Amino acid sequence: MRIKNYLSIIIIYFLGINVVSATQPDIFVQSTVNRASKVLSENIPKENKISELKKIALETVDIQGIAFYTLGSTRKTINENQKKEYIRLFNDYFLKSFSSRLAEYTNPEIDVFNKEILNKNYTIVNSLLKGTKERPEVKIDWRIYTKDPENPLIRDLIIEGLSLARTQKEEFASILNSNDGDINALFKTLKDFSKN
Amino acid sequence: MIKKFVIILITTFALTLNVNAASDGDLILKKNDPAEVKDCFEGLNRATFAFNQALDGIIFKPVASVYKKLPSPVKGGVSNSLDNLSNLVTIPNNILQGEFKLAMINTGRFLVNTTVGILGFVDVAQHLGMAEYEKEDYGQSLAKAGVGPGCYIVLPVLGPSTARDAVSLGANFLGGDAWYNVTVKNDTHYFRDVDYYSSKVTAGVDFRAKNYEAIENLEENSLDFYASVKSLYLQDRQQKIANMKTVIETLNDSDWEEIENN
Repeated sequence: MRIKNYLSIIIIYFLGINVVSATQPDIFVQSTVNRASKVLSENIPKENKISELKKIALETVDIQGIAFYTLGSTRKTINENQKKEYIRLFNDYFLKSFSSRLAEYTNPEIDVFNKEILNKNYTIVNSLLKGTKERPEVKIDWRIYTKDPENPLIRDLIIEGLSLARTQKEEFASILNSNDGDINALFKTLKDFSKN
Repeated sequence: MIKKFVIILITTFALTLNVNAASDGDLILKKNDPAEVKDCFEGLNRATFAFNQALDGIIFKPVASVYKKLPSPVKGGVSNSLDNLSNLVTIPNNILQGEFKLAMINTGRFLVNTTVGILGFVDVAQHLGMAEYEKEDYGQSLAKAGVGPGCYIVLPVLGPSTARDAVSLGANFLGGDAWYNVTVKNDTHYFRDVDYYSSKVTAGVDFRAKNYEAIENLEENSLDFYASVKSLYLQDRQQKIANMKTVIETLNDSDWEEIENN
């Protein structure tokens, strides 16, 4: 009986630790959004804003996961060296594209209002970008990768039901199709984008 | 002339599209999956896309940049009026899709907004707590009936579409759009052709203005702008056809799961 009680206490204790240490996806999204909003509302040069946004992206976005997803079935046909090269180029492309897209906004107000757990790996967090005089309100959903509950990561942004990762995947597929599936053509396009 | 059009319409669907009247939701979703829609005329589509981009640069973009500077209540009122007019296509499509309750709600919305809401300028129905308005068209009704999208096509001026959606536009001119009937098709002495065409041009400008930054941003950051627009259009259509409310249904989780196992 004592052993049973003792075991129960240990289990509850560890469960408790687990609950405390896991980062809730909705809190993670709200805090990430707040960090980005703070940077965007600061009175600093655009280059500094972009640099700060890149730091936030590196910490909160699963860039490698998105890279493999957007490559589609081609990821199974390229060799290890090409994979490494692709990840490097995608990283540069993603950070440039992501930060320059966001840097145009000044003090966006995003409110997280719901979350839906899909499975142990994914939670969808629902949020709303408040409307301004310039644009209507926008519904933004976040696909959060929760395999490591202590370190959730963003894998997709779904704006008014339109997935950015999926759009990216189809864009890459189009480039590959136009070049007979030659991965080097995609590498060149990514390099050119990052250079400009 | 009408007979000829109907024959072409039937032949097109019979030859290019897969008709299945007994489709369920999953099959409709699969049929309209962006990855499943073939770009059969890519060369021509890209050329038309380039033409539309040039037209946008010359007409729509400059007009939209002025339009978006108008006071918010004016823009909101114009947008509400256009939405109100679109009820005239939405209501018959609610009926075609068997959504009779929605058809009644939208009829009520149209009557209230046209009268109390001063020709739709004020969305009184929304203030009365009516269900959120969702546009429907003949392409969506055909899709619900199990007709696949066919090839992806880019129409001059009108932009991205599919074979099914482009052909279904014809229904608007064959009596399916009451607004067209009272302005262009019949001489009612109350409206003129220009009322119809100006409402369509204004809808184009309103759309461009609402999405001004988003389109500029997308163009600037796209590696292949044509492919991005195509993907976004087809995702949007798939979502509208299935009347999906949540994102969970919009993405195939297995795509992501594959990464885990790779």
